[in-house]
Amino acid sequence: MNASTYSLAELCIAQCAEIWRDQGEVLATGFGVLPRLGAGLAKLTFNPDLLMTDGEAYLLSEPVSLGPRASRDAAIEGWMPYSRTFDLLWGGRRHALVGPVQVDRFGQMNISLIGDYTKPKAAILGVRGLAGNSISHANSMFVPNHSPRVFVEGEVDMVCSAGYNPARWPGGRIPADLRVGRVVTDLAVLDFGGANHAPRLLSVHPGVTVDQVRAATGFPLEVGARTPETAPPTAEQLVVIRERLDPKDLRSTVFKGDPPGDRR
Amino acid sequence: MKGKPMDKRLTSTDVVARLRDGMTIGIGGWATRRKPMALIREILRSPLRDLTVVSYGGPDVGLLAAAGKIRKLIFGFVSLDVLPLDMHFRNARQAGAFEVMELDEGMVQLGLRAAAMRVPFLPTPVGLGTDILKRNPELQLVRSPYANAEELVAMPALKLDAALLHVTESDARGNCVIMSPDPFFDDLMARAANEVFISCERIVATEKICSHERARYQPFERSIVTGVVDSPFGAHPTAGVPGYGIDVEHLKQYNAATSPEAWAEYRRCFVDLDSHDDYIAAAGGRGKLASIPPPVY
Repeated sequence: MNASTYSLAELCIAQCAEIWRDQGEVLATGFGVLPRLGAGLAKLTFNPDLLMTDGEAYLLSEPVSLGPRASRDAAIEGWMPYSRTFDLLWGGRRHALVGPVQVDRFGQMNISLIGDYTKPKAAILGVRGLAGNSISHANSMFVPNHSPRVFVEGEVDMVCSAGYNPARWPGGRIPADLRVGRVVTDLAVLDFGGANHAPRLLSVHPGVTVDQVRAATGFPLEVGARTPETAPPTAEQLVVIRERLDPKDLRSTVFKGDPPGDRR
Repeated sequence: MKGKPMDKRLTSTDVVARLRDGMTIGIGGWATRRKPMALIREILRSPLRDLTVVSYGGPDVGLLAAAGKIRKLIFGFVSLDVLPLDMHFRNARQAGAFEVMELDEGMVQLGLRAAAMRVPFLPTPVGLGTDILKRNPELQLVRSPYANAEELVAMPALKLDAALLHVTESDARGNCVIMSPDPFFDDLMARAANEVFISCERIVATEKICSHERARYQPFERSIVTGVVDSPFGAHPTAGVPGYGIDVEHLKQYNAATSPEAWAEYRRCFVDLDSHDDYIAAAGGRGKLASIPPPVY
């Protein structure tokens, strides 16, 4: 890949980074390779005030590159053990980028299980911290396999995070400060900014059609008169991704065959 | 007349002999870090059964699940971090082998804190709008008595009969320090429990543990500690930083041992041994374990 071409992974990293634009001095937590790279890219290019951890117990002064490294040498600016992470997140100054296994039209996520609660077809992680995260701070999502199996028709099998289903709130009153952010996928960028928090198509990746996105989504999407194409990463961003954040090219392992970002 | 200070040193066999069938046991550490694994393996060798386990789960839960020791699991997740899914937990959970109380991990913290504070519950918005409430019908809501009268989840106290923790160093009375980067919620587990058993990398003299600087690494005071077990590499295959990192190769072997034959073989090699020294030898010896680097993310 050179500066004029870019991979799908690099396109997604740049879109993941956009999550943290104009977010101020929040803890940026990205789960998985591309979300982590996105957080690092945001911090190094347009939001230097972000807080990031090393995944262990420290706040990093600067993002570290992915893969084996002498992490003990990374400059730190503070301590962030789990107890403090909860103290921080309950206060709301965090924006997480999560990789759910299911998402529904209410923005509710599932990372716990597929099937029945008492005898699941597939036990995954457990609800982890999604309930507390969703009630406390903004959460966006990265979905590498945009399909009706992820974007399900009904509700997700185990609602781990709070979302915009009025039936789940007393008197149908959804908390005013609930913040379900964007969804970056391998096909498009979505959010829940439609009428009454309906899911909405914000942009399609180069070479992807609106119909393709609709067919791969188990629920209806609000679509504007003209859907823009997802903005490609800038030349500066590509340099930061390739030379600074991911010199070992772990991003190329995320999508099968490491396809180009422009699929025309 | 001057009395003699208490000596709380026990063997891991002593500790497990003091536990009873049906007890609620809290296990310290987090996923693949500082789990009291030597004590867990001792439970596997014992007839102890029907346990209710509270854990930020890793291979501690997987081993107990594989051995059929769990009646109920109270948890937010079970993970091996580097290997996202623990297959022993997964298989047991999918077979419906035990009851579950699946919670947000912050709710687990609040439940332990409530028990530590001796209050019946702590109010929180965490869990509202999710299936945590639907799947755990025992969870009740409470209305704030103050101005806006909001509805909150009343997270019940998670009282523990015993807490099992692994720390860096302790003296014979239970003055201990955790020198690894994250103390996790071991302090709340200890305060939520009737009895606290700690295993440690070394038992040392009090003056060696506590300088004024090091005192800040003490998670709780000795008066809540029931017993202290000398257990070098006692967290293996989870990390005991400083000292040793996560043994990823061992965890892979453990995670692959899911067929009845493979599990029997794993047990034979790493669980059904005569002593903890035999375990250290089986796992590769002190030199090898001490060379496992700290985890990097």
